[in-house]
Amino acid sequence: MAISQFSYSNIPPEAEALRTEVRAFILDTLADYPPTLSAQSWMGFDAEFSKKLGARGWVGMALPKAYGGGEAGPFARYVIIEELLAAGAPVSAHWIADRQSGPLINRFGTEQQKQHFLPAICRGESYFCIGMSEPNSGSDLASIKSTAVRDGDSWLVNGQKVWTTNAHHSQYMIALVRTGEKQAARHEGMSQFIVDLSLPGITIRPIRDLAGGEHFNEVFFDNVRLPADALIGTEGKGWDQVTAELAFERSGPERFLSCMALLKTLIDAVGKSPDALQAREIGRLSAKLLTLRNMSLSVTAQLAAGEHPAWAASCVKDLGNAFEQEIPEVAQLLLETEPRQDGGSEHARVLAYLTQMAPSFSLRGGTREILRGIIARGLGLR
Amino acid sequence: MREIFEATIERLFADLATPAYVMSCEGGEWPAELWAALDESGFTLAGVTEALGGAEASWADMYVLIRAAGRFSVPAPLGEALLGNWLLSRAGLEGRAGAISVAANADLVLEGERVYGTVYSVPWGRNVEAVVAIANSPTGVAHVVLLSRIAASELTLSLNVAGEPRDDLGFTSAQVLAQAPLPGGLDANVLELGGAMLRAAQTAGALHALLDMTANYAGERKQFGKAIGSFQAIQQQLAVFAEQAAAAGIAAEAAFTESSAGLAALTIAAAKISTAEAASVGASIAHSVHGAIGFTEEYPLHLLTRRLWAWRSEFGSASLWSQRLGTQICQGGSDGYWPLLTSHGQQPLTRLASNPV
Repeated sequence: MAISQFSYSNIPPEAEALRTEVRAFILDTLADYPPTLSAQSWMGFDAEFSKKLGARGWVGMALPKAYGGGEAGPFARYVIIEELLAAGAPVSAHWIADRQSGPLINRFGTEQQKQHFLPAICRGESYFCIGMSEPNSGSDLASIKSTAVRDGDSWLVNGQKVWTTNAHHSQYMIALVRTGEKQAARHEGMSQFIVDLSLPGITIRPIRDLAGGEHFNEVFFDNVRLPADALIGTEGKGWDQVTAELAFERSGPERFLSCMALLKTLIDAVGKSPDALQAREIGRLSAKLLTLRNMSLSVTAQLAAGEHPAWAASCVKDLGNAFEQEIPEVAQLLLETEPRQDGGSEHARVLAYLTQMAPSFSLRGGTREILRGIIARGLGLR
Repeated sequence: MREIFEATIERLFADLATPAYVMSCEGGEWPAELWAALDESGFTLAGVTEALGGAEASWADMYVLIRAAGRFSVPAPLGEALLGNWLLSRAGLEGRAGAISVAANADLVLEGERVYGTVYSVPWGRNVEAVVAIANSPTGVAHVVLLSRIAASELTLSLNVAGEPRDDLGFTSAQVLAQAPLPGGLDANVLELGGAMLRAAQTAGALHALLDMTANYAGERKQFGKAIGSFQAIQQQLAVFAEQAAAAGIAAEAAFTESSAGLAALTIAAAKISTAEAASVGASIAHSVHGAIGFTEEYPLHLLTRRLWAWRSEFGSASLWSQRLGTQICQGGSDGYWPLLTSHGQQPLTRLASNPV
């Protein structure tokens, strides 16, 4: 049965050894970084910070040395990213490139594409976004309508993407679009392109979220002309390529560490002599966190072994998101702190921010219902 | 060793621990035939060093034995025997074949070779030949003691919600079978910690079996002209159950794998908390999906669900372990929080009173 996919995987000593190094770097680089900023977690954008990380060899670190990477194992990368997330470091600029686009280009790209894109990713200078959702295609991703049509040596792209995180800060988008005639099988006829977002015909408009932040965008393509080598991977195989990425996208520590800043301000606000309820709830949440981390490490080991743990990754994300979303609720349960947008204590401001952000955790990267559908399929029910 | 262990014990349980047999043992009937097979295989001594008569198996190896016991609802103290023998061996004492259990909750004084006091909630206390416990010398030094059941002067019988014996034994100047000081690196609550780890593994095994059973039932049972498992409402519930079962499995495995000569207190606490939550969620969904048939004595669902309800509260409930863990975390403040979580269980867990406020 599918749940046998999870088996315990410890972090090997050579990867564990990086922990001291990255902690020292964080202490040094982010001295006095306020909780209100660390609360942004992997939505915090700071290009300078990304470049510093790149200089340390901690962006794209698992990529081949020939393209600027470090050929580090997946657990080494895991240690680095979990330490950054636990500290609330501003990793948003390079996050998608490091997690997803770099590995995708390395796996499916031509030699020329690898040489062109990967070194800048590894330096922490080249930022990517993922163009998947469209106005009428959210969870039903296979219903996308944006197209790329061959025109001589190039492709003409038309259509619209939406909810594209960091499109307004990125140089490139990896876009999933239709390249074939409408197929009998709905998962065919799609391809992925690396779109240079500075090209004419592209309009990017940030969509303000309910807390006034600008993270996601709508992106319009109006006869955008892409060179032939913008195609990444195989024409018509976009769906397979996208689903191959999903286990990476859904199993990492960012799926359960989004409220670390709040957990920390809560612990300090409760203080060193918690009452029974406070101790129980903080202990209970921490047990869940330890278990989620072990699940996530297990998926990392499976990915490293070349397996396709889509089922297990869905478990990590769904449980992880529920955990993240519970933290503002527990904070409210344990202390009479009114959340404050402005003014108030740091804890009150972090609480206000993450209370508002929490609904997005189980939307981004696949909704609760989609994930549970995948899990049910693994149980033989669909 | 792990693969051989697992294959062998699963065969043994599949042959002997049938639902009818498990049911017939409820209420304190000793599973003589099953225990004889376990004894003969030498499984109960697995964790004892070779010098002291065992197989020197690691906790990671023993995990699969105890998980299998949970999967088959085994009505016998296999885990307790493994834990008791491991502790004897750690204290330099010989492992003991035969029926043996542990007392995590003990109020015992050791004077010379004689013991006074009571041990509480001993699994199969009425049936076993001997019990491993911790007793204090008059000067307060903790000792590992092996007590003979027939030396008990008082026996108070209890059954847990699955009909498994949980008995109190009183001793008045009873001669111990063996004793040695508690070795360094082990806390006086070692048996409670070990017991919590056992229940976590049994719960993980039982949840796995329960999920299998429930998913199969959802695929077979038809209503409105189709299998109920084809309805999204059922699928989403079973997905939640599967997530919890997976979490329980890895949490328990982590506790065993990170334990060696010492027990990984932090990881065990997390395992007990995670498996207890999974037990509640899993049992509830399994009953919901099975409908009325699952509520009957005839249908074997309850062999698993009643054990889950019993085991989640034994050797410390989720609340107790959460409170201990939370207290330690708050005392360390936010700066110590992440380092504690990434310490792989090697940090001791502050011991609190058994019944905190």
